Amino acid sequence: MSEVETPINTYRRNFLTSIGALTASVALGAALVQRVAGARAPEEAVTGKVRWGMLVNAGKCVEGCDECVKACDEENGLKSSGRSEIDAQWIRKVTLKDKTTSRTTVLPMLCQHCTTAPCVDVCPTGASFRRDDGIVLVDKHLCIGCRYCMMACPYKARSFIHEAHNDQKSWAPRGKGTVESCTLCVHRVDRGETTTACQDACVKAGHNAILFGDMNDPNSEIAKHLAAEPSTQIRGNLNLNLGVRYQGI
Amino acid sequence: MLNYTATVEEVTPSRRRGAFLCSLFMALSMAAVVASADVPKPKIPKGKGERCVEDTTVMRKNHMEFLLHQRDETVHEGIRTKKHSLKECLNCHAVQDESNLPVGIDDKRHFCNSCHAYAAVSIDCFECHQSKPDIPKVSGLSP
Repeated sequence: MSEVETPINTYRRNFLTSIGALTASVALGAALVQRVAGARAPEEAVTGKVRWGMLVNAGKCVEGCDECVKACDEENGLKSSGRSEIDAQWIRKVTLKDKTTSRTTVLPMLCQHCTTAPCVDVCPTGASFRRDDGIVLVDKHLCIGCRYCMMACPYKARSFIHEAHNDQKSWAPRGKGTVESCTLCVHRVDRGETTTACQDACVKAGHNAILFGDMNDPNSEIAKHLAAEPSTQIRGNLNLNLGVRYQGI
Repeated sequence: MLNYTATVEEVTPSRRRGAFLCSLFMALSMAAVVASADVPKPKIPKGKGERCVEDTTVMRKNHMEFLLHQRDETVHEGIRTKKHSLKECLNCHAVQDESNLPVGIDDKRHFCNSCHAYAAVSIDCFECHQSKPDIPKVSGLSP
């Protein structure tokens, strides 16, 4: 039976070739789309190709509005203990007044996600660290609650958790005796989302003062703004190369 | 150089006493084993699905290693695979109370608690982590 040579079916051969080509092009297309979107597979580690950052336009920030603060608290399960002096605060509204001109500026202040972060420098246990994609975090498994980072931070961005909690969000663990601060909604970033809770709230409120994105991607909205318009780093004299930049201050 | 000489050992009174104490100790420890059989084994709630991410014997012995490994990868490298994640443990092994809500770590029926209380090993995962699975948002479509 096998001795008989079967003639080559040209139709079949062409069909199979075209299927092969189609599969290859689809795979290539998928790879390209993934790269453009900056999405990362769950098993893929973060890399320094991405630098997550934020651009805050203080000119658009409205006095008396605290939608970003409320959204952050809701997203990350920050609840008031009834004693405001010990409540954790990841983002807060700050009002600045120029005494000479009487001009008032309001802006949201949060962890600035420095490249050379003082909190990382001073941490005795290595709990404070900067992820390769620019997000500064606290590894609470290593944090001993010494609060050196809180003293070192020029932006007063970190909070100490004074009391035990049992109603945390599953993506935002929180425990007594550890320090925490803004994570740039790292759980969202790892899911491939491209907005933070505060940004969403600001957009919803119609102010559009907060823009989150990849500062390293020249095609991203934030990088375009940063390249085209003037922006400021708060306490820029410290040369910390901040991930959060401000406009209108 | 030391020289060893073989001697015929005599059974001295002190040696006899030692043998008696030894057998007494063994008898007592046997009694202890028999007594421990009366301590009820923990009722370990069954998880969802057919099988765990690893064999049960492997999980019993090594779950803490898996969790520790996964934790460092997640926190520092943003790797959020589901296989060895604490969140997925809780999702599969959630125990419901009378009102069909998942119980927390304070409850004796909690999966982790059921065994850790028996083994007298205290864990501090839930000092920070939520011990209940996320309740999916109620949508208008679901009953």
